[in-house]
Amino acid sequence: MYTEKVLDHFEHPRNVGALDDANGVGTVGNAKCGDIMQMFLKVNDDGIIEDVGFKTFGCGAAIATSSMATELIKGKSIDEALKLTNSAVVEALEGLPPQKIHCSVLAEEAVRSAIADYYRNKGMEDKAREVENIKCSHEHEEPHEHK
Amino acid sequence: MRKVYLDNAATTALSPRVLEKMTPYLTGIYGNASSPHSFGQAARAGVEHAREQVAKAINAEPGEIVFTGCGTESDDTVLFGAAERYAKKGDHIITTNVEHHAILHACAALEKRGLRVTYLPVDKDGLITPEQVRDAITDKTILVSVMAANNEIGTIMPIKEIASVCHERGVLFHTDAVQAIGHIPIDVKAMGIDMLSMSAHKFHGPKGVGVLYERKGIRLPSYIIGGEQEKGRRAGTENVAGIVGLGEAIELATANMEETSKRMIMLRDKLIAGIEASIPEVKLNGHRTKRLPNNVNFSIKYIEGESILLMLDMNGIAASSGSACTSGSLDPSHVLLALGLTHEVAHGSVRLTLGDDTTEEDIDYVLDVLPKVAHRLRAMSPICPAGVK
Repeated sequence: MYTEKVLDHFEHPRNVGALDDANGVGTVGNAKCGDIMQMFLKVNDDGIIEDVGFKTFGCGAAIATSSMATELIKGKSIDEALKLTNSAVVEALEGLPPQKIHCSVLAEEAVRSAIADYYRNKGMEDKAREVENIKCSHEHEEPHEHK
Repeated sequence: MRKVYLDNAATTALSPRVLEKMTPYLTGIYGNASSPHSFGQAARAGVEHAREQVAKAINAEPGEIVFTGCGTESDDTVLFGAAERYAKKGDHIITTNVEHHAILHACAALEKRGLRVTYLPVDKDGLITPEQVRDAITDKTILVSVMAANNEIGTIMPIKEIASVCHERGVLFHTDAVQAIGHIPIDVKAMGIDMLSMSAHKFHGPKGVGVLYERKGIRLPSYIIGGEQEKGRRAGTENVAGIVGLGEAIELATANMEETSKRMIMLRDKLIAGIEASIPEVKLNGHRTKRLPNNVNFSIKYIEGESILLMLDMNGIAASSGSACTSGSLDPSHVLLALGLTHEVAHGSVRLTLGDDTTEEDIDYVLDVLPKVAHRLRAMSPICPAGVK
């Protein structure tokens, strides 16, 4: 059901773990639904994401999408990282089963949540809100919530 | 890499001895068991011998054994059949909230047709009491269906006592014994079972063949409509080789049960104790002793079931989980939730089910790999408290 790329990122996840010197941290998802992603960013003075780390509670796809998302934004500017879409993550993983697309959405949201936190830490509340208000690039076909 | 199959509650390996008995019926003996010529009669003899083997294994009469296509078909035949046959008597069915979907989804379909279904809630170990059944029976109750043992957590229900309560009130009792047959003794007469479902592939028989036991005097309508096979109780050309295999498999399982279950319980308890000793913050799901000899089910807190399975699989170990991600829905297993587990804890479940050929070395290997898997995933988990490994 998973591509080799997904299995590779699951078995050998990149950038695992919290960053002690992170200046932007975002957490999305909830344990009830079975997935939580936490993203740690270290952004330098030039606005470049120098280092990134993640921690994820979730299925194989949740771990693989987190890992891939960190790879896709590492070394990029914040503006570039904000352009990361869930479909770019899926594409980089060479596909995900339909019921796992929501994991890639979480990865996209985790990156943005960490960037919003970075702006907030810098006292840039307006920027933080702007980032938080970006609509997810993915149309949710099924609401990911419990009765 | 070592390969260890611990998903025997999903399905078992076909026993070589069973295959040996089946092979002639897949080659030379190809007649239709309904044909009067010698080709057909040779097939018929195989079917009838299997019927006797099944009857002997559960202390029934051969005439009470109906061969079906699977355990689900047997369950559906009972539920839809009883609803139709006893419509004049009543419209109420009693079951539990931890049944297999074969029962629960059929009950949901009957509710749409206007029947009423009571789903008795289990306790934290997965048990219901005969008193709960007694209290739920009304004048309109036509059937009580309670599984003999649970497929996920292995809890063994007090079916003899439940059957007795049903009979006090003149209500028929069915048990889905798909996970129990071949693992624990089932005697339909001594236990007062009116109807029972089983499936060959759960006890080292072939897939695609099941049994419905119907006590003499009960005559449910055929669920598959067509010819007069199985004395009009199940239409469709018999799966002769499958039926022969089922007969052989149940005979083998029953003959070796005492010895096999003793060995399995030893391995099961070693696995349970080993996991509890090597991984902190785990919870054994299901009753500790009223439990199938081959079932181990744990929730490993702070990690998710599908990723446990994937990582075990990468180490050659096949297991199963009640997490939402493996069930294809957003909610984890209804059985684990029925025990009162939170969603978080239910998502982190892993089921390891032993088979006839599971060895002590297999268990040692799992006890070596599983703690490492838990440790790796916990190190990655944002909800795992510091210090829990």
